[in-house]
Amino acid sequence: MTAGIRTSKPDELRVVGQPLPRHDQAEKVAGSTRYAGDLAFAGMLHARLVRSPLPSARITGRDAAAALAVPGVVAVLFGEDVPHNVVRVDVPGQAVEVAALKATMEVLATERVRFHGEPVALVVAETTEALAAACDLVSVDYEELPAVFEPEDALAGGAPLVHESGNLLGEWRIDRGDVDAAFAAAAVVAEGSYQTQAVDHAYLEPEAGVGWLDDEGVLTLRVATQVVEHYRDVARILGLPEARVRVIAPYVGGGFGGKEDMTVEPYLALAVWRTGRPVRMQWTRQESLLARPKRHRMRLRYRTAADRDGRLLAQEVDITADAGAYAYLSALVLLYSSVHACGPYRVGSVRLRARCAYTNNVPASAFRGFGGMQVVFGYEAQMDLLAARLGLSAAEVRKRNALARGDVLPVGQAIETEVLLGQAIDAVLDRAGAKPQPSGPRKAVGRGIACNMQSYGRLTWLNDSAAAWAGFQLDGSLSLRCAVPDIGGGQASSLAQIAAEVLGVPMDRITVHFGDSALNPLAGTTTATRQLLMSGNAVYEACVLLRDRVLAAVAADTGSPADGLRLEDGMVSGAAGGPVPLADALVTCRRRNVPAEALGTFFGPKGRPVVTSLHADRVFPDFTFGAHLCDLEVDLDTGQVRVLGYLAAHDVGRAINPRSVQGQITGAVVQGLGMALLEEVAVADGVNLTGGFFQYLIPTATDVPDIEAVVLESGEGMGPFGARGIGEPPVGPPLAAVASAVADAIGVRPTRLPITPERVLQCLAGPGPAAADG
Amino acid sequence: MSAESRTSAEIAVTLTVNGREVSRTAGAHLTLLRWLREAAGVTDPKYGCGEGSCGSCTVLVDGQPVSACLVLAAQVDGAAVTTAAGLLQADGSLGPLQRAFQQRHAAQCGFCTPGMLVTAAAALAGGRRLGRAEIRAALHGNLCRCTGYGPIVDAIELAQDEAPR
Repeated sequence: MTAGIRTSKPDELRVVGQPLPRHDQAEKVAGSTRYAGDLAFAGMLHARLVRSPLPSARITGRDAAAALAVPGVVAVLFGEDVPHNVVRVDVPGQAVEVAALKATMEVLATERVRFHGEPVALVVAETTEALAAACDLVSVDYEELPAVFEPEDALAGGAPLVHESGNLLGEWRIDRGDVDAAFAAAAVVAEGSYQTQAVDHAYLEPEAGVGWLDDEGVLTLRVATQVVEHYRDVARILGLPEARVRVIAPYVGGGFGGKEDMTVEPYLALAVWRTGRPVRMQWTRQESLLARPKRHRMRLRYRTAADRDGRLLAQEVDITADAGAYAYLSALVLLYSSVHACGPYRVGSVRLRARCAYTNNVPASAFRGFGGMQVVFGYEAQMDLLAARLGLSAAEVRKRNALARGDVLPVGQAIETEVLLGQAIDAVLDRAGAKPQPSGPRKAVGRGIACNMQSYGRLTWLNDSAAAWAGFQLDGSLSLRCAVPDIGGGQASSLAQIAAEVLGVPMDRITVHFGDSALNPLAGTTTATRQLLMSGNAVYEACVLLRDRVLAAVAADTGSPADGLRLEDGMVSGAAGGPVPLADALVTCRRRNVPAEALGTFFGPKGRPVVTSLHADRVFPDFTFGAHLCDLEVDLDTGQVRVLGYLAAHDVGRAINPRSVQGQITGAVVQGLGMALLEEVAVADGVNLTGGFFQYLIPTATDVPDIEAVVLESGEGMGPFGARGIGEPPVGPPLAAVASAVADAIGVRPTRLPITPERVLQCLAGPGPAAADG
Repeated sequence: MSAESRTSAEIAVTLTVNGREVSRTAGAHLTLLRWLREAAGVTDPKYGCGEGSCGSCTVLVDGQPVSACLVLAAQVDGAAVTTAAGLLQADGSLGPLQRAFQQRHAAQCGFCTPGMLVTAAAALAGGRRLGRAEIRAALHGNLCRCTGYGPIVDAIELAQDEAPR
């Protein structure tokens, strides 16, 4: 089937829309959920990486002898020991002068290291003590090389080359309408430059996994991952048939994009393959903070033209991002930034250039919001500047420009579903009431609002699909099989709730087998806010097929018309002769050769690929819109910002489980507040200084207030029952809502994140050094 | 040579873990967290940072919340240790705090949950009713990256509201 809008009247729904406890909660609160690092085998080995201490160097020598002499050490492996050590990825959106770029990265660096923390050797030992001793004794000689750390410097002539192909990794452009004419005709032009920082996912579960050789010689990895399909990459690295590698994702202790690229997988696989024994790899928090890809640092430059009524005429946008030392997903992240750069607003003319550059910093890659969230900090600041210049309220200037169904985005894609942006703004304003009073004489209170849009579902030309299988057991209980990784958002539980709705089976009679690349139908990545859209629709499809099979069998058996039959509460009702218990209906199925199972496959909306110059009828399946409101207090003496109240409204289409939806919103808001106020991966000359949670601060329970999530339900989404995705959308607006509220409190808008007390004091001090900072 | 690579003589440690006496002979250098997870097979306390900053490994040692990654097992020999699993009822069903966490969706990924639960249990042990700000203060050493904390505070409020007095 193809994508379509499904609507079902809420009053017809029995299970969908109920705030049921998620089915994974009981185990999690009992402490019995077995995460990736909790599994152990008798005779299990341990593996750890030796990482580069330098950001840019040539490797001149490697010696494992001393490490191998440590009792209990089983293997020390270098890049030459990896069957296919070079991983190549296509980079879309590459600058034309670079030509078809195949970015490369080594599993273990052999000749050159490009960032502090890059893996150089893999050590395998009987105990973690022997492992630690041996890692200290692996000898690697380096000759330091020139390095570059700022993307602007990297793109300038004569910069040290991070890769021989050049430092420009990706470039996107949008040219729409006559931008120069629009600026010439504008009543008001706003101009601003904004900086966002690198931040870490900081999920509580560091990267971990256990691998073993299973029956039939299948290399099996049970790892914390958002992507079980990495089994293909592992197979390629080891030179194995894809069918011989299996990845199992147990419940994952948080992902947020940080477990989208491979983490432990290739190393675990290598260790298992070389030793033939079970192996565990557990990254420390410190190496997770040191070396796993971060969110992109960006510099955003905006010029915005509007008419005297505040209607947008043109946007000119320039984005430069720090990709770090390797390509990963940077080019796609920048594509997201480009498509989302003008926000949820109608604008006729756009000139955009977005570039990402290689540097010798820790790489950047996927993180909740995926480039679509940093730009909120820019485009919402511009809206506030326009409002101030024109004497309009922040709400009014946004409402006047809000996208509506039928509008066309700068990239060329039309908005096909209802947009409740104005309603979301009203929802947060209505609930917020009056602005709070300052708590003292040297305190100032401010209020800010920020809106956004964020795609859900993957890029249309990736030909995304998801499959799921539903089957009744003889006793009428239901098995769902779908390889969706559950990273904590309730991905598996939502599927059970959808199945319960369609098949009339209580949640506690449904088992979801998820996250296994070999035994379950593949459902794709738990990324891009795609799983409810993709695996949700696949499960819906499977359950509808299954329901119709059972009802057709009963109809044939009882001589009743099938369209008069319903499957609910474990009974088939509406049949001539009275209700038929489900168990009897399943006997009927077997007698009549009707399978009591079905495979559902959902194919995402399709679109044509774009290369550098973005213009496409359809880039994403659809978008989720929202409006946030932040009240905060600034201490005028210390610069400290305290968030007093926060509201976040999003149209989620249909809330499959309202409590899960609220949890996604409140969690994303606090993650966004952390980026707005606290968090920064501090890198000095390529050396990561934030190697622990004492240096890298994420919000604690006392740093944030209660977040109120307002759930709007248009029924307009492309997911099952009209649901939209909500995993990523709420993470971006806090950046801008906080900045707007600080500006409201002190009269100066911070333009650089995070908004630390020092930066607030710089703003209060007025132009001067602070200007250079912005 | 780094501290973690040093091994030591084996030592017998006996702890009462969730009401059950457990004796293991293991390296004297093992932290309580490693002793529980690796020697005793008790895996609900989680490794999150190894330096006492995230709270994922929190357990109760004689009723007091402790970062199990910062204490050697040998230092607490003879103590009673309670983990999240120790909050279950005698019949294996969920305890009141666990039920409240379940009802309020206080666990998303669930990785911080065992530590949150025992911290909350210690905070409520005094019997005095805590306001939301006090609950938040009690949780300040336990990081959560999924929920935004509100659902956890809700759950603890619910648990104390429903507790018999």
